[in-house]
Amino acid sequence: MKKLSKTTKNNLITYGMVILAYIIVQILISTGHVSSLIQGLLVPFCTYVIVAVALNLTVGILGELSLGHAGFMCVGAFSSAVFSLAMKETLPGGLRFFLALLIGAAAAALVGFLVGIPVLRLRGDYLAIVTLAFGEIIKNIINALYLGVDSNGLHFSMKDALSLNMEEDGLMLIKGAQGVTGTPNDSNFTVGVILILVTLFIVLNFINSRTGRAVMSIRDNRIAAESVGINITKYKLIAFTISASLAGVAGVLYAHNLSTLNALPKNFGYNMSILILVFVVLGGIGNIRGSIIAAVLLTLLPEVLRGLSDFRMLIYSIVLIAMMIFNWSPNAIFFRKRLKQRFTGGKKAEKEA
Amino acid sequence: MALLEVKNLGISFGGLRAVNAFNISIEQGQLYGLIGPNGAGKTTIFNLLTGVYRPDAGSIILDGMNLTGKRTIDICKAGMARTFQNIRLFSDMTVLDNVKVGLHNHYTYSTLEGIFRLPRYFTVEKEMNEKALELLSVFGLEQYADYKAANLPYGQQRKLEIARAMATAPKLLLLDEPAAGMNPNETKELMDTIQFVRDHFHMTILLIEHDMKLVSGICEKLTVLNFGEVLAQGATQEVLNQPEVITAYLGE
Amino acid sequence: MYGKGWVWDCMSFLAHLINGISLGSVYALIALGYTMVYGIAKMLNFAHGDVIMIGGYVVFVAVSGMGLSPLLSILISMAACTVLGVTIERVAYRPLRGASPLAVLITAIGVSYFLQNIALLVFGSDTKAFTNVVTLPNLVLFDGELVIKSVTIVTVLVSIVIMAGLSLFVKKTKIGRAMTAVSEDKGAAQLMGINVNGTIAVTFAIGSALAAVAGVLLCSAYPSLTPYTGSMPGIKAFVAAVFGGIGSIPGAFIGGILLGVIENLSKAYISSQLADAIVFSILIIVLLVKPTGLLGKKVQEKV
Repeated sequence: MKKLSKTTKNNLITYGMVILAYIIVQILISTGHVSSLIQGLLVPFCTYVIVAVALNLTVGILGELSLGHAGFMCVGAFSSAVFSLAMKETLPGGLRFFLALLIGAAAAALVGFLVGIPVLRLRGDYLAIVTLAFGEIIKNIINALYLGVDSNGLHFSMKDALSLNMEEDGLMLIKGAQGVTGTPNDSNFTVGVILILVTLFIVLNFINSRTGRAVMSIRDNRIAAESVGINITKYKLIAFTISASLAGVAGVLYAHNLSTLNALPKNFGYNMSILILVFVVLGGIGNIRGSIIAAVLLTLLPEVLRGLSDFRMLIYSIVLIAMMIFNWSPNAIFFRKRLKQRFTGGKKAEKEA
Repeated sequence: MALLEVKNLGISFGGLRAVNAFNISIEQGQLYGLIGPNGAGKTTIFNLLTGVYRPDAGSIILDGMNLTGKRTIDICKAGMARTFQNIRLFSDMTVLDNVKVGLHNHYTYSTLEGIFRLPRYFTVEKEMNEKALELLSVFGLEQYADYKAANLPYGQQRKLEIARAMATAPKLLLLDEPAAGMNPNETKELMDTIQFVRDHFHMTILLIEHDMKLVSGICEKLTVLNFGEVLAQGATQEVLNQPEVITAYLGE
Repeated sequence: MYGKGWVWDCMSFLAHLINGISLGSVYALIALGYTMVYGIAKMLNFAHGDVIMIGGYVVFVAVSGMGLSPLLSILISMAACTVLGVTIERVAYRPLRGASPLAVLITAIGVSYFLQNIALLVFGSDTKAFTNVVTLPNLVLFDGELVIKSVTIVTVLVSIVIMAGLSLFVKKTKIGRAMTAVSEDKGAAQLMGINVNGTIAVTFAIGSALAAVAGVLLCSAYPSLTPYTGSMPGIKAFVAAVFGGIGSIPGAFIGGILLGVIENLSKAYISSQLADAIVFSILIIVLLVKPTGLLGKKVQEKV
C-alpha cells in the first residue's frame, strides 16, 4: 500500500510541475518578461514535451528503440490540418479543434498499428532502422501527395495538382511539397499545456495498470513474460499504438500553430525523431518527468545561447556529448559513487568510531 | 489417469537428436525429479513441455488436454508454469509487480478501464494486491514487496521466481535447477519451501536438479536422462542404486 | 523506328543501371565503415556520414584552395579522416564502452551535430562547387549511344579493389583476425591477449579512411558540398549495411550496390520524389522476410 501512495505522489509532483510552470509563464507574460521570440516557442515546447513523453512510452516502458516518431507526428499533423481546413467555414473553432485532435490521434494510431504489426517482430537496432525507414516513407509520400475537395467529393493524386481534375470552386487541401496552407490557428499555449496534462494522464495511468505491467514485463524479460502467459505481440502493439497516437496529438498541436504546414526533413524527418530520442535518453529512459524537463531545457538551450550566434549549435553538441559521458560512462558513474561514499560513508565511519 | 502424460517426445537440432523417445508419467501431487549429466537434454525437455521448442515427435497431455505443439502462453493458460535455470525475473519491476504479472490472466480489466481509472480498475487492483501479498508471504517475501526484483539477494530471487510461477495458478510446476548456486543452508531452506508448496497447494512438481541431497531428500520418483534418452525411471532410491546410473554420473 | 526506340530504351536502361552501380559503390564504401564499426563495437556510429563530409571539404580545400594534385589531396584527406575517426573514438566513444547502447547512440548523434557545426563555422553554409578529381576521358560505347562517365567507372573499380583488399586484410592479417575475434566476443579476445581498445581504434581508422575515399567519389559524382552533404548518404549507407546484414563485409557491399541500383532505377522509371520511399520500402520487405538482412547471421536466444 505504501508503494501505491509513493507512485501516486510521484505522479502528482509531475502534474504539479507542469501546472506550476504554466502559471509562472503566464505571470511572466502578463508582466512583459517574455520576449516575443520565446512566446512563439511556447507551443513548439508543448509539442516536443508531448512527443518526448509518447516516445518514452516506446523506449522506456516497451523497451524498443523507435526512430520514426516524427513520422507519426507527421500523420497526426496532416490528417488534422486537412480536416480543419476543409471544415474551416462549417464548424466553430472549439469543436473543430476537438474533432481534429481525435482525427489526428486516430490516424496516427492507425498508422502506428499498421507499422507495428510487421515491425515489432524485429529486435533492437533492426527495429530502429525500420521505424526510421517508415518515418521517411511517410514524409516522402506526403510530399508527393495532392489532395483536393470540390462539389464532387475528394480527389487525390500522387503526380501533380492538375491531375486532380477539380472543378473551379474546389479547395486544394494538400499541395504536394508545398503542403497545407491556411490551417486555422486553433492551438495556443493553454491548449498545449492541457494536452500535456492529458498525455501525462494517459501515460502515467497506463504504466500503473495491468496492461502497463504486462508491457514492462516484456521489456524486462520476454521469455519469462511469455512463460507466465503474457501475449507478447498484443501488448507490444498496444503500447506502440498508444505511443504513436500521442505523437499524432503532438502533430495536431504543431499543425494548428502554423499557417503553412510542410513535411520538411527538419520538422518531420529522422532528424526530428533523433532529437526527440535525445530528450528521452537525457531525461532518463523510462522517466516521464525527466523527458519533460529535458525537452524544455534542450529546446531552450539554443535560444539562451542565441547571443553566441554561430557558436550556439556547436556548444549545444558539445554539451550533449559531455552530458552523455558524464551520465553514462562507467568511469564517471564509479567516480560519482566514490564521491557519494566519501560523504555518506565517511559520516558512518565516524559514528562507528 | 496421470496428470502429465508424455509419450515418445523427441526433437533434433541440425543433425543432433537432443531428446529421443522421452516418456514420463506424473501423478497428481507427486514430487518428481529429472536428473542426468550436463548436456543430457533436461532443460530441452522443459523447453519442449512449455512450448519454447516445438517437438518433432511425440505427445504431451496435461490433465487430459493435448498440449503438443501449442504456444507457450496457451500452455501456461492450460496450467503449466516454470522457473528458469538462469533466473529470469522482471528485474526493473518491484517484487510485488513481478507476482502481479503472474496473476495477469486471472484478474482482468481492459486497457481503457486502466487508463481512465474506472471503478473496475480499483476493485481488481485491490484483489490483485491482496492475492500477490498472500503469495509473497507464503514464500516469506512480503517484507520485500516494494524492492526492485534485481536488488533481492540470490536465494530470494529464486523464491520470487517460484512465487511468480505459482501466481499463474498452475496444475504442474516445473523447476529448473532451483538449488543452483545455493549454499547448503539455502538449499535446505529451499527443500522446505518446495515441500511446503507441494503440501500447501497440493501441487504437482517436476524438478531438474544436480544436488543429489535435494533430489534424494524430497523427490518420490526419478527419471534419469543420458544423451537425450531415458536411462532409468522409478522410485528414487531404487533408481539411484542402479549401476548404469552410477556409471553415467561417475564414469567407468 | 520501333527498332531504334527499343535500342534507345535499352541503352538508357543500361546507363541508369551503371549509374546506379556507381552510386551503390559509394554507398557500399560508406556501409563498410558502418558495418565494421557495428560488428566490432556494437554501436551505430551516426557520425560516420559526417566524416565523409569532412573528407570532402579537405579535398576541396587541397585542390581548389592550395592547388594540390587530386591524388595527393585524396591521400591527405584519408590521413585527416583517419586521425579524426580515431580521435572521435578516443574522446567520445571509448569512455562509454560498456554503457547502454542507447547512450552511445546519442553520443554519436552529438558528434554528428558537432562535425556539421564545425564545418558550418569554418566553411559557411553555402554550397561549394566541387571539382571532379577524376580527369580521365569518358567511355563512349555503341557509336555514342552509351556514354559512361569516367568517374563512374573509377568509383566502381575503386570500390571493388577496396572491398577485396579489406576482405583479405580481415582474413589474412593478424590484426584482421583480431578484429574478427573482438567482434565475436570482446571478453574472450581480451583474455587471449588481444588489445581490444587498439583493435577498435584500428577499425575506426580504416572505416574513416574509407569514408574519405567515399566522400571524394560522392562529391565528384554529385559536385556540391555543404555541411549536410554526408547526412543522407550516411543514413542510406546505414540502411545498405542493414540490408546486407550488418556486421558482414560482403553484405555491406551487396547491400550498397542493390540500394544504389534500386534508387537510380526508381528515380528514372517510377518517380524521383518517391525514390527514397521505394528504397526504404524494399529494406522493410527484406527485413521482414529475413530479419537479419541478406547475409546476416541468425542468432538464437538461449533459454
